[in-house]
Amino acid sequence: MKLTGNEQLVSVRTHLTEKKSTLRTVSLCGGTGCRASESEKLLVLLRKTVTEKNIDITIKETGCHGLCENGPLMVIRPENIFYQRIQPSDIDEIVEKSLKNGEVIERLLYEDPETGRKLIKENDIPFYEKQQRLVFAQNGHIDPKSIEDYIITGGYSALTRVLSDLSPEEVIGEVEKSGLRGRGGGGFPTGKKWKSCRIAPGSSKYVVCNADEGDPGAYMDRSLLEGNPHSVIEGMLIGAFAIGAREGRIYVRAEYPLAVENIIKAIADARKWGLLGEKILGSELSFDIEVTKGGGAFVCGESTALMQSLQGYSGEPRTKHIHTTESGLYNLPTNLNNVETWANIPIIINRGAAWFNKIGTPGSKGTKIFSLVGKVRNTGLIEVPMGMSLREIVFDIGGGIPGGREFKAIQTGGPSGGCIPGQYLDRSVDFDELTSLGSMMGSGGLIVMDEDTCMVEVARFYLSFLVEESCGKCTPCREGLWQLLSILTRITEGKGKEEDLAALEEIGEMVKDSSLCALGKTAPNPVLSTLRYFKDEYMEHIVDKKCSPGVCRSLFQYKIDNEKCTGCMLCQVKCPYQAIEGRKKEVHTIDTAKCVKCGICFEVCRFDAVKKV
Amino acid sequence: MKKVGKIIADFPLTPESLIPILQEIQEEFNFLSEDSIKKVAAGLSLPLHHVYSVATFYNVFSLKPKGRNIVKVCMGSACHVRGAGRILEEIERSLGIKNGETSADGSFSLETVNCLGACALGPIMVINKKYNGHITPAKVEKIFQEFTSQ
Ligand SMILES: Cc1cc2nc3c(=O)[nH]c(=O)nc-3n(C[C@H](O)[C@H](O)[C@H](O)COP(=O)(O)O)c2cc1C
Ligand code: FES
Repeated sequence: MKLTGNEQLVSVRTHLTEKKSTLRTVSLCGGTGCRASESEKLLVLLRKTVTEKNIDITIKETGCHGLCENGPLMVIRPENIFYQRIQPSDIDEIVEKSLKNGEVIERLLYEDPETGRKLIKENDIPFYEKQQRLVFAQNGHIDPKSIEDYIITGGYSALTRVLSDLSPEEVIGEVEKSGLRGRGGGGFPTGKKWKSCRIAPGSSKYVVCNADEGDPGAYMDRSLLEGNPHSVIEGMLIGAFAIGAREGRIYVRAEYPLAVENIIKAIADARKWGLLGEKILGSELSFDIEVTKGGGAFVCGESTALMQSLQGYSGEPRTKHIHTTESGLYNLPTNLNNVETWANIPIIINRGAAWFNKIGTPGSKGTKIFSLVGKVRNTGLIEVPMGMSLREIVFDIGGGIPGGREFKAIQTGGPSGGCIPGQYLDRSVDFDELTSLGSMMGSGGLIVMDEDTCMVEVARFYLSFLVEESCGKCTPCREGLWQLLSILTRITEGKGKEEDLAALEEIGEMVKDSSLCALGKTAPNPVLSTLRYFKDEYMEHIVDKKCSPGVCRSLFQYKIDNEKCTGCMLCQVKCPYQAIEGRKKEVHTIDTAKCVKCGICFEVCRFDAVKKV
Repeated sequence: MKKVGKIIADFPLTPESLIPILQEIQEEFNFLSEDSIKKVAAGLSLPLHHVYSVATFYNVFSLKPKGRNIVKVCMGSACHVRGAGRILEEIERSLGIKNGETSADGSFSLETVNCLGACALGPIMVINKKYNGHITPAKVEKIFQEFTSQ
């Protein structure tokens, strides 16, 4: 069906809503996380069982619900029963008891780790309770492959409002007033960017969506494209109208096959419905979108490199004395925004800039999606208002650190972000506040580290990633990072000298000041921030030649505690290097000459008898 | 298998098609042979050095043939803090090959990736398309035993 105007969209929505509102639904998460926990098998089984038992219920495979750690996840509506960690063997019982009779199966409910209480509804779970889901509101509700689902929930109404009531300038004014800042890392005011692209002269203009999401540990953009692709398309349509662009591109990471599949399907559907193409909804707006798969290079997330890549070149950034809003793709004015930024646009138009502007802090408005990962109980994707404290995120939403370990640091901002220590846990997530702590917002990865993490090694790890991903075009980044990495490696090997710390700082500052693009300009952050907050750990490595968390291999050894060892021989059997000696029921010993410190004995010992010293 | 010539012919012969064409060849053959790189350069009328530079710039391309089974270990930050480094070593030991290598009999290739977007399940290893989450060094051997016995 090709929609020709606003009234038609409204009547289609009413019709679809009437048709679907009476039906009960069961949503099974089909995001990458749950698929990795074999949710696809469950879906097949669920479909089969429901058909066999002849139950009147709609089965939906939705996008990510967020609590990936406990997947596969399922929600039965309207009761809102939330099941987790579902196994194929549970399906029969779910269908029989819950889908047929509305009964709740205790075993599959979420258990509050504090109180031990079983919680039935998604919203009762502390992980969800403190979140404010705007951009993610429909993830987990709608079937991303169905444009109808999106339309029922009010989808494309922001577009129709823009087309019928607003001028391009008014749209830009609204986005400016909302205070929205780019979610891709830089935090540039979105309305301001749109305005400069609108006024830039050019025979044609582009809007581009950055879905390269190269930050390891962050996957919100993927989940949005997978779970609610039409919201991104709608945002881009509104942007195209405001800026005056006819063509759009989505540059998506090649490692995200499901996101690619869903966005391509959504674009094809939008075309069929007359929401992309010529004279959209009977208006003067003509706009279409093409999808390009990236090649797996982190630097291609940078705006100028991304545009090089779209044109078929290696992704090497250029200096930005001329902005891409004036000369970007094919030297034409190009407006690049991140996936999450685009998905915020329909919300701002629908609810109004004044409403949006009330959420967040003076400098950072709206919500932000974070991927809360690492050493935290509830890992997954969360959406919270800007200004929430790191403590609330890690301890209330994340449920704290597993295994009774102590919190050590939280790393924000992607590989070139920084590590924030415990004393700043009450600081809030806000673009400027994170920057003032020597880190940054980045795209929203929050990696929690506990006392078993060695901060020197963490800095070395990030630097090794950045050395690998530096494109090599400018010397400070190419050579400077390499120098930083070799010093850090030396320190982790126990060969560090005290002068190294000054050298790290000096080289770090130099790379920051003189690199060509933001990759190099931020790359020393992991070193500088750990030096700022965890200097003691560096000194321990350099002076005492020790790594207390037991990570840097040259600086600790495994030893068996004579008191605790029962002589069960498990470690001896499991050691792949035959480095453990000792007879049954006798205390075992580790031959340090043979031991490579793989840690298997430490992991398998049931008596806590293997120690790191 | 689709021929390289056919793959090239499916795209508009413009410079923007270079990366998508190489991606499809990579997907079809698991690597970019010298011959295919030359054919692409000729097909798109691009200098060979340009095609070679793109083929070596992006991580998805490989100039070496790969094994029948591809093992990918996530080395992203979330997996790293949960001990991915030690897991990689265990896999290297278990398969008898280093990261980036292919076993002599062509059965396995071992690669690392920078995040599979399933960080909540880290540390993660993917064998072909199958995700194995929450891996510990002690589990590695068993996963491969099960895999080869299937
Ligand atoms: C090395 C590097 C990698 C980047 N990677 C991404 C990315 O994966 N996704 C993204 O949206 N922005 C990324 N950015 C930021 C973009 O350059 C750009 O600022 C952003 O896409 C603009 O959109 P926004 O204003 O909506 O944030 C990266 C920047 C740098 C320097
Ligand atoms: S860091 Fe390993 S899946 Fe994201």
